[in-house]
Amino acid sequence: MARSSSKDAQDLFRALWSAYSATPTNLKIIDLYVLFAISTALIQVAYMALVGSFPFNSFLSGVLSCVGTAVLAVCLRIQVNKENKEFKDLAPERAFADFVLCNLVLHLVIMNFLG
Amino acid sequence: MLFSCTRSRNTYQSVPKSSLEPSATILIFVLLPRMARNLGGLLALLVAISICGAVTIPNPISDSHRFAASELFDGSFSSLEDAYEALRVFEILAIGKKPDVSTTICQKVVETLGSSSPLKDLFYALKVNGISKCKVNGDVFKDIASRLKATVNDASTLVDMYYSIGSLVLIKDQASDVDVLLSDADGAFHSIKTLSQSDGRWRYSSDNPESSTYAAGLALEALAGVISLASSEIDQSRVNTLKNDILKLFDSIEKYDDGSFYFDEKSVGGHEHHGSLSTTSSVVRGVTAFAAVTSGKINVPGDKILGLAKFFLGIGIPGDAKDFFNQVESLALLESNRVSIPLVLSLPATVFSLSRKDQVKVRVNTVLGSAAPPLTVKLVRAFRTGAKDSAIIENKDLQYDQTSGLHVLVVFPEKVDVGTYVFVFEMVLHDSGEKVYATGGQIHVPIYVTGIIKVSNAEIAVLDSDLGSVETRKTLDLAGTDVVSLSANHLQKLRFSFQLTTPHGHAFHPHQAFFKLRHETKYEHIFMVGNSGNKFEIILDFLGLVEKFYYLSGRYDIELTVGDAVMENSFLHPIGHVELDLPDAPEKAARLPPLPVDPYSRYVPKAEITHIFRAPEKRPPQQLSLTFLGLTLLPFIGFLVGLLRLGVNFKNFPSSAVPATYAILFHLGLAAVLLLYVLFWVKLDLFTTLKTVGLLGAFLMLVGHRILSHLASASAKLKSA
Repeated sequence: MARSSSKDAQDLFRALWSAYSATPTNLKIIDLYVLFAISTALIQVAYMALVGSFPFNSFLSGVLSCVGTAVLAVCLRIQVNKENKEFKDLAPERAFADFVLCNLVLHLVIMNFLG
Repeated sequence: MLFSCTRSRNTYQSVPKSSLEPSATILIFVLLPRMARNLGGLLALLVAISICGAVTIPNPISDSHRFAASELFDGSFSSLEDAYEALRVFEILAIGKKPDVSTTICQKVVETLGSSSPLKDLFYALKVNGISKCKVNGDVFKDIASRLKATVNDASTLVDMYYSIGSLVLIKDQASDVDVLLSDADGAFHSIKTLSQSDGRWRYSSDNPESSTYAAGLALEALAGVISLASSEIDQSRVNTLKNDILKLFDSIEKYDDGSFYFDEKSVGGHEHHGSLSTTSSVVRGVTAFAAVTSGKINVPGDKILGLAKFFLGIGIPGDAKDFFNQVESLALLESNRVSIPLVLSLPATVFSLSRKDQVKVRVNTVLGSAAPPLTVKLVRAFRTGAKDSAIIENKDLQYDQTSGLHVLVVFPEKVDVGTYVFVFEMVLHDSGEKVYATGGQIHVPIYVTGIIKVSNAEIAVLDSDLGSVETRKTLDLAGTDVVSLSANHLQKLRFSFQLTTPHGHAFHPHQAFFKLRHETKYEHIFMVGNSGNKFEIILDFLGLVEKFYYLSGRYDIELTVGDAVMENSFLHPIGHVELDLPDAPEKAARLPPLPVDPYSRYVPKAEITHIFRAPEKRPPQQLSLTFLGLTLLPFIGFLVGLLRLGVNFKNFPSSAVPATYAILFHLGLAAVLLLYVLFWVKLDLFTTLKTVGLLGAFLMLVGHRILSHLASASAKLKSA
């Protein structure tokens, strides 16, 4: 039973992976970027759990910087996805400009909060 | 406190030794350490009254003056005037050790006399010469005399006349062969007399309308000089008008409450202001000089002359050389004047102890402290302070003791008990002879008679309130060291009584009789002990006092204070303690007041201030933080690796020149903004950053729009193709 379930799981992952391989490269880049941001945030949370939250504003700005970036990247991914019919009239360049602008504003706030 | 007395002096604040009366001293001794606040004001008033009420009898000049003189005139003189004042003071006080300046001073005198110096310098050079006897050539005197005579004839101001005539008089004394007599003495007399005013004062010059008492003194001295320099007799009627002027001048004399008289300058004119001391001594100089050169009597009352002497002696020892000179010289002139010579009656002590059997001793001196002519001192009467009509002694002669020079009342009258008295003395001269003396009539002297007061029948008892029956009763020996320990509750009373009797067996009422209870917690309660007849008694009803005692039960120490100026055994005695059992304080009872703060605690150092800083937060070890810094880089590396795996390339980068420039500029702009953010974190403030971000943002928008629209159009073309 256990054996068959692990095999099922392997099959499931393989199917998922093959389905994902069909994703366009630019979306894959964004996914990678989101992964990078989230893992950086996780490392900071681990550090906080280990040594305490003393400069709490620094911790918050570090984590929020990563999480914010990830959220913005997800938004970008939604907008540039060709499958997504809702945004088909929106040029990917326009979406990228929005992404850049939002990032600049976010990081201005982050820097201010960093202390 | 002295400033509240009417007799305190404005110009000289010195307090003669005898004015600090024993009553004040003892009051302070007994009460200061334990002074209760609520009584403080009353006591201060008592002290003030007891000081003010005293009549001061100044002592004649004594060795303390001589000592002060040798301190004050230390030998460094800036001018001949200072030098003269020092030499004159030493001469009067007969201090053997003269300032060792004779050679330098004589040199200065000869210099001044030889050259054509101002009149004032000339005058003081001659005065110094009169004392130091310098070797001056006779011709020099002749030259000066002729010059001075010319000045006398055409001098317009009083000061010039004063100096030139004064100098001529000095030359007359120092060089008998020089002719100094004034040919026109009448003219000189007239020119000075024209400056006199109707009230006896003088003007400094004819064009100065202000009159001055100080100037009157100068004028009288100058006129005395004119009379002694006159070649022919001055008209007697003129001299008589001058005597009237003197009498008028003495009408304007001012008076202190203690009987001292003085002159004061009424207006402060253009001339330098003179205080009452220099004004008075100027008048004394003038009047005595004038009296010395005229025959006949000047009718100045003796008590005014005595009052002047009192004024000078009442100053004490001045700290200023000029004042010292004025005081001493005036006293010397009064001592030998022809009007009347003041005699000073003084008592070595005004406190007499019955227990020591002190004798009343009186000394009579002239103002400079030399012996008086033969006389008898009479004790006219003596009475208790406040009971003026009932004299206890009348008409007793004091015996003169040849060896000590004191007049002694040998037998102290039996009737005199402890207390404060006023003794009235009178001096009766045996044979006045030619000299006229001013004795001042009846002299009132406050006298303190002290003695040991007997304390007896001291008893302390605790009574039951309702029945009045005695619970405990203890007798006390207040002279010994007995202590009692009692206990009482709020339904009981405490009774304390004692008797005070004088050595003559009379009842004695001291200034202070205080009964004090002090709780363990330092709260104090002071009660005045009242008296009926010779018995002092206080009854404390604790029921009525619980609120005053703040419902504080426990041990109370008892202290008794009895004090008086004439009581030699004034005491502050711990009697013992009472254990009080008071009811608990009700809810609405007043809270305990704060304990009175010791007034001296204001001056002790304040508690040290310690600053509390926030302790620094605990920081993790540096290695751990650096490790995690490395860890955060790992996802980035993973991101790069992932990109490589995906086969990301720059093929879409525009190849033509213009879009490529825009693309590079766009990326540089982004880099610049990020760099600015780092700078913002490191050192810039928000305003600078926002301004720069605004500029960079505008630039970035421009280039970003260009490159992105280029890319969009390229992809659109691709799509349509």
